[in-house]
Amino acid sequence: MTKETAMNFKAATLWGMIVVLFALVPVLASSPYQINLASHVLIWSLFAVSFNMLWGVTGMLSLGQALFYGLGAYSVGLLVNYLGSAWYLPGIGIGLLAAALLAFFLGLLVIRVGGVYFTMLTLAFGQLAWQITFKWYDFTGGDDGIQGIMPPGLLGNKTAYYYFLLVLVLVSIWILKRMAYSPFGLILRCVQQNPDRVRFLGRRVRRNQLRIYIISSFFSALAGSLMVGVDSSIHTDMLYWTTSGEVILMSVLGGINQFFGPFVGAVAIILIEDYVGAYTEYWSLIIGTIMLVMVLGFPKGLVGEARRLIMRFGRTETGR
Amino acid sequence: MAPILELKAVDKSFGGLHVTSKVSFAVMPGEISAIIGPNGAGKTTLFNQITGHLRSDAGAIFFKEENIVGRSPQQIVARGMGRAFQIASIFPDETVLDNIRAACLSRLGQTRKFWRSVVTFRQATEDAHAILDSLGLDSQADRLAFELAHGDQKLLDIGIALALKPALLLLDEPTAGMSPDERQHTRALIKKLWKAFDLTLVFIEHDMDMVFGIAQVVRVLQQGALLAEGTPEEIRANKQVITAYLGEDF
Repeated sequence: MTKETAMNFKAATLWGMIVVLFALVPVLASSPYQINLASHVLIWSLFAVSFNMLWGVTGMLSLGQALFYGLGAYSVGLLVNYLGSAWYLPGIGIGLLAAALLAFFLGLLVIRVGGVYFTMLTLAFGQLAWQITFKWYDFTGGDDGIQGIMPPGLLGNKTAYYYFLLVLVLVSIWILKRMAYSPFGLILRCVQQNPDRVRFLGRRVRRNQLRIYIISSFFSALAGSLMVGVDSSIHTDMLYWTTSGEVILMSVLGGINQFFGPFVGAVAIILIEDYVGAYTEYWSLIIGTIMLVMVLGFPKGLVGEARRLIMRFGRTETGR
Repeated sequence: MAPILELKAVDKSFGGLHVTSKVSFAVMPGEISAIIGPNGAGKTTLFNQITGHLRSDAGAIFFKEENIVGRSPQQIVARGMGRAFQIASIFPDETVLDNIRAACLSRLGQTRKFWRSVVTFRQATEDAHAILDSLGLDSQADRLAFELAHGDQKLLDIGIALALKPALLLLDEPTAGMSPDERQHTRALIKKLWKAFDLTLVFIEHDMDMVFGIAQVVRVLQQGALLAEGTPEEIRANKQVITAYLGEDF
């Protein structure tokens, strides 16, 4: 029991630090740009964490989660654009509902196949959605996207919007974390490690895969819809396969077997893009080099390797 | 008393290869029995048919008086059948405790709970510790399953099946790949578990000490067909079995 209490205390401290750190951003920020940057960090963190519930936890490498990220964004963007800014919040709700429904029906199709075929199918559907959005210029704005999408009322204020998304992102990540450590999360990890054995526990493998596919897609859509108010725009890049690839990079960098791995990975990649991007347009070269070093030298990712170090030190201290 | 498991002329072929043909036998509740036979006799295939992993081409399999041919493994497990595998089938990156706890949660119908941490599920956790205790693995509860010795991984696999509190437990070569010491330990342990958990137990085994030491009934498969069935003494004296499998000097 004392071990559990100590772990709860550590977890609560970690959460407290994250909340305080991000809550202080608008107070300490010297320019609106820093609030914008923190918003990007938070939204990508949510996107990466929800993606990793699919990949790191359940072992389903989707290369098409941008489909849901984009769906969330375009639901809000198009509704506001055609019906007015009062539709901003309902747009988020409609996007989430649409994402859950689409994930259900798409999931019935793509989960029938495993491994690399699943990855290829998710990529195919993702690119299909991108192509449609890209070509349907009259409705979606095509390559130009749609600019000037403003949230209504108080949320039009950048600081207020930041706190709005801060709460939603942190609550979402908290929900996903609880899920990861619950019996449902345990079964998902079991599905990854030994699906045959899961069947002989009396559990359905595909049904659990479908559940997490829907949940992951739901939160990906939330991330996308929140991004609309940050950049005041939607664009087809949000649906492009490189957006799906970005969360893979974040997960690998942070560590796919750690719940907070993708979170840390997202923070690192967004900050690197920002700071290195200010000096050179070849920032992706830096990201590429870092990824190479990580994958070859530190496959457990930033969080995984840090945890290994802590455990090693902990063991020498107690003399074990 | 009605048999808990009854096979009636069960068949399976892969292409032209007849792997099991017209196998019939009945297992009584509370029985501990062995299936023996040379490699390729169809023993594991038969297990796969019974557990729903493979669909039988012909015949009927009655489990608790209901024909289960065509049912999925999930449905058959839900009716009370458990299975351990020839090659330990465990969740390597989970702790030893969580391997068993996952099975306990599944039996208790709690695997859809997504809000509370697994450690707060008291019933499942207590049951899991009890099972680890009976296997002698409780001191290793917090280790990751892949770190266990080979023999202990096999025991963990049995533990996962036990955690489902099955009415019928099938063990596929529980001592395969074990050292002589581990074999002896496992032999005694399985007999103890059979009594302690009130199991009906069917095991496939090549270890004759185990077969003739703890089985009440021995069934011999040869080329997919049931060659003989009887008490260990009867099987030991059976001329056909000696020629086909045991050998003259047994």
